[in-house]
Amino acid sequence: MQLVLERRQERSAVVAVASPAVAVGLTLATMAILFALLGKNPATALYVYFIEPLTDSYALQEIAVKATPLVMIGVGLSLCYTANVWNIGAEGQFLIGAVTGSWLAVVTNGTGVGHWVLPVMLLLGAAGGAAYAMIPALCKVRFGASEILTSLMLVYVADLLLDYLVRGPWRDPKGLNFPTTAEFDPVATVPTLIEGSRLHAGAIVTLIVVMLATVMLGRTIKGFEIRVVGAAPKAARFAGFNSDQLVLFTFAISGALAGLAGIIEVAGPVGHLQPGFSPGYGFTAIIVAFLGRLNPVGILIAGLFLALTFIGGEGAQISIKVPLDLTKVFQGILLFYVLACDSLILYRIRLVKPLRKPAHGPA
Amino acid sequence: MVLLEAIILSVIAASTPLLLAASGELVVERSGVLNLGVEGMMIMGAACGFTGAWLTGSTAVGALFGIAAGVAMAAVFALLTLGLAVNQVATGLALTILGIGLSGLIGAGFVGEKITPAASLYIPFLTDMPVVGRILFGQDAFVYFSIALIVAIWCFLYRTRAGLILRAVGDNHTSAHALGYPVLKIRLLAVLFGGACAGLGGAFLPLAYTPFFIPGMTAGRGWIALALVVFASWRPGRLVGGAYLFGAVTILQLHAQALGLGVPSQLMSSLPYLATVIVLVLISRARGTSGSAAPASLGMVFVPDR
Repeated sequence: MQLVLERRQERSAVVAVASPAVAVGLTLATMAILFALLGKNPATALYVYFIEPLTDSYALQEIAVKATPLVMIGVGLSLCYTANVWNIGAEGQFLIGAVTGSWLAVVTNGTGVGHWVLPVMLLLGAAGGAAYAMIPALCKVRFGASEILTSLMLVYVADLLLDYLVRGPWRDPKGLNFPTTAEFDPVATVPTLIEGSRLHAGAIVTLIVVMLATVMLGRTIKGFEIRVVGAAPKAARFAGFNSDQLVLFTFAISGALAGLAGIIEVAGPVGHLQPGFSPGYGFTAIIVAFLGRLNPVGILIAGLFLALTFIGGEGAQISIKVPLDLTKVFQGILLFYVLACDSLILYRIRLVKPLRKPAHGPA
Repeated sequence: MVLLEAIILSVIAASTPLLLAASGELVVERSGVLNLGVEGMMIMGAACGFTGAWLTGSTAVGALFGIAAGVAMAAVFALLTLGLAVNQVATGLALTILGIGLSGLIGAGFVGEKITPAASLYIPFLTDMPVVGRILFGQDAFVYFSIALIVAIWCFLYRTRAGLILRAVGDNHTSAHALGYPVLKIRLLAVLFGGACAGLGGAFLPLAYTPFFIPGMTAGRGWIALALVVFASWRPGRLVGGAYLFGAVTILQLHAQALGLGVPSQLMSSLPYLATVIVLVLISRARGTSGSAAPASLGMVFVPDR
């Protein structure tokens, strides 16, 4: 007897609903084993990781703060992935958005300018992210260069550019030689929602992005085009949809959202530009996009869940002394299970008798 | 001349991990599978390779640990993409994320530890020859192995029946299946081989390049190896040239930084990545007129019908 994969007649609706939950369950089970291997009590560790942050209002707010960039980037990436366009350089677009938006904050710092600064910064951030995303997109449609590799290479370049700026021209003269810009002025800072909290208006922007994306994907021709080009490229060509244009469009949108997330992060919770301000949001957002089934509302839930693991991971590092890298392991394992479970929407696994060996090998 | 010799020696050292990892990926892609997890397999190879060498004091054991780690990671990839017909791009990304996390976990205890670097060949008289002596006869085993490996891959792909079958599977899995070839089994072997090469390439870094382990020490080399396969148009001969070209860019920017040309060091450090983008564009553009050289079934899911 052997196991084989068999295509289902149609997508299994039951599996489609159950799959993310099953994937999370399997990941938790795997994590429990990992904790046991690390010599920690799995029950305590899982509690610290996944429940404790939910019991404390400060941690709950932190989850929303961390989910803000994850969801915003994830929504943009989901448009790309739905259209079978592989932008994996969102981290670079996130950093560049932070840089282009911060430029205005840096040059106007301490000059007492008006409240127009923040909106313009957000626009500059989105424009910077979109422009940076155009590089791999144009390389793809003009020259056929793999967008996977070019978008990823540009992450390293963006990282180095940010590093150069805050160590060189943009360094805070009063910053004791630390590689950071001066603290942004209040007019260049995203306002907080609750007095004394870190929860900021970016969370509202993210919710608006989720709503707009839901409408666009479900209710507009462009959304239909994205879905058709991804699911049935040949049919899309017959329908006259221009796939090159769609590469540019999805890259531009996802780059703009990543850039916007970048400047909101810098002008919000961080408050100044410094290297390493992103714990890899642009990469984690890839997991968020898949875990959320490339659906904006799903991505919102997935983003909150992944944010929980960031907070839980930090808590676990302090209280039960497990390495911070465990969070990345968790995220990688989760993505594996999500992908594997999703496969069962289209396929079923069956136990069958092996075929008889042909009498003669292939000629 | 001494400086030139030093530069060439460091170019070889910088090129070898790229060549090792890219050689494996070339075979994987020739079988029609796109494994984007090279970076993850390499960093796991580096972490486990260091662990092996640190525990036993032997470079050979370290290399074997690295290979085993790469194969184990590749097996996970194969289970998903071949066994469960999951999208190869997404799975490859997951493999990289997992590899970076796991390697950090494994390597956390070894930060700051040192091991004895791999021994270099020494043949009296030959190695002592001026200029070419150390370049030709004074390398470590990884360097000679990487060259032998790519020659062996060339012979396998173009001079053996098994290599022909592997290429057939990569170019048209439906026809290969119809002819009775076990498409998934051949791809499994190719993916595992690719994992072994990436693991070894990763292990080279802490075993021979720098004698310690740093989290994230592969620094995008796995991704550059992937770009090299495209650069080489999936041909082993060009792969050697490409790997050494990139090694040279990496080293020359370091020397330029040392000279202090007044150019920001960050710009120089970004050169290998920018070069990758530019080379990909040039290669893809040149190929635009002559049709793609990529294996025709590359990255496509195959589920055999019975």
